[in-house]
Amino acid sequence: MRSFGYASARDSADAVRLADRTPGAAFIAGGTDLLNLMKDGVQHHRHLVDVNKLDLARVTESASGLRIGGLARMRQVAEHHAVRARFPVLAEALLASASPQVRNMATIGGNLLQRTRCGYFRDIGSACNKRVPGSGCSALQGWNRGHAVLGGSESCIATHPSDLAVALTALDASVHVLGPGGTRRIPVGEFYRLPGDTPQIETSLRPAELITAVEVPRHPTATRSRYLKLRDRATFEFAVVSVAAALDLRGHFVRDIRLAFGGIGTKPWRSAEAEAELRGKNLTVERVEQAGRVLVRGAVPRQDNEFKVELVQRALAELVLGLGGLR
Amino acid sequence: MPESPRPATTHTRRTVLKSTAVAAAGATPAPAPAPAVAAAAAPTTAGDVAEVMEITLSVNGRKHAVTVEPRVTLLDALRERLALTGTKKGCDRGECGACTVLVDGERIKSCLTLAVMRQGSAITTVEGLADGDRLHPVQEAFIRRDAFQCGGCTSGQIMSAVACIREGHTGSDEEIRQWMSGNICRCACYQNIVAAVADAAREVRR
Repeated sequence: MRSFGYASARDSADAVRLADRTPGAAFIAGGTDLLNLMKDGVQHHRHLVDVNKLDLARVTESASGLRIGGLARMRQVAEHHAVRARFPVLAEALLASASPQVRNMATIGGNLLQRTRCGYFRDIGSACNKRVPGSGCSALQGWNRGHAVLGGSESCIATHPSDLAVALTALDASVHVLGPGGTRRIPVGEFYRLPGDTPQIETSLRPAELITAVEVPRHPTATRSRYLKLRDRATFEFAVVSVAAALDLRGHFVRDIRLAFGGIGTKPWRSAEAEAELRGKNLTVERVEQAGRVLVRGAVPRQDNEFKVELVQRALAELVLGLGGLR
Repeated sequence: MPESPRPATTHTRRTVLKSTAVAAAGATPAPAPAPAVAAAAAPTTAGDVAEVMEITLSVNGRKHAVTVEPRVTLLDALRERLALTGTKKGCDRGECGACTVLVDGERIKSCLTLAVMRQGSAITTVEGLADGDRLHPVQEAFIRRDAFQCGGCTSGQIMSAVACIREGHTGSDEEIRQWMSGNICRCACYQNIVAAVADAAREVRR
């Protein structure tokens, strides 16, 4: 790693002030992604602002829902009784992520901001518009088995790697931030951006903004929610395809449903169209298959990832039919 | 920064380089013998003044004062500064688990955290497990079950297993495999590792 300066922030305002004042500064919390990127020369920061001492690690439940501090650790959230009982998709997505050691270290805010696992992004010898804007995309004509089939552009087809972000997308969560301009609340659906021709800009965060909390609203679908992750190894691996589903059922009647997908999109992928095929109707195998076809309608598969188009439909059917007691 | 402990004495980049034997590319020839840590330290850009901090690390119940640049990982501080080489450097990317240590009782990967971030924490390495000549039950079980070949991953496996047992994730072989999956064994001794963890879990609970 190249040298950098270091400061430990006392509180959130201090952290934002330090980051705002110091050119080339970045926040460090768990460090589990950032330090690898810095070791590999993918990112350079002249200064790190350590936010681990900030009082932002609490998980609280209220009448309106769940509030998860930006510095809560993955394990802490996955083990939280309210999360497990009333927002199970979050616990499942977290436990399907990383390894026990990393889940002890990595924070919720950091998890949302982890960078793509695209091998070309992480290899400084390859062209990558996300890493070096304008340098080209090696994945378009390269080994793109792990890449996105939805939301891509001719600049970038990298997937977002967070399982948690997929689950939060299904639950209509929002991200609370503190920055030099004060606090903001960003719906998770607007937090991530499509690559377009600026793939280096991944979120709507502004400079020196810090994630202070994630808020998950209470909703009738949340208690019957699950996460299915398909990957090349049984554990400690990123998703090839994943599905988060939340379902409010009366018998077989779908009062409401939320569906989000990982591994197929350049951002955590919500499909209102697929949900519309199922909402307000009786759950049947045919309708779930139709929802799957609607989901992948705009898919642009590349040389090595065409299988994802079929796989994600099967994953959706597996999860939703299982939740509905039809499988 | 005001809240960071500052060195009591003034260090220049050069004195620190000499005292810690981290080789810098370019201007200064690396001190001989070339230390192992040199390979891990990337060249710094010209005019880039490394900030140096004096910190205290609490390891295996003992406090150690060390002078480090912020970029030194906990793993490198343990191995290269405190000579606690029981903790191994495998991938240095958080993937293999060889560097697993306990911090405040929880297992972490010491290659993915900076030493300066761990001031005030209680760190336990494999050197701190035994009680005098009496090995920890997990260490005993690894020997009895022949749970290693080359040994490169073993201290990480053992530290991870200690935490895994404490966390209560040893209900079945399958559960042990799942919760030990952050530790990779290149020799593929997994069957014996799982048996050792299961053995030790029974003994610890007894």
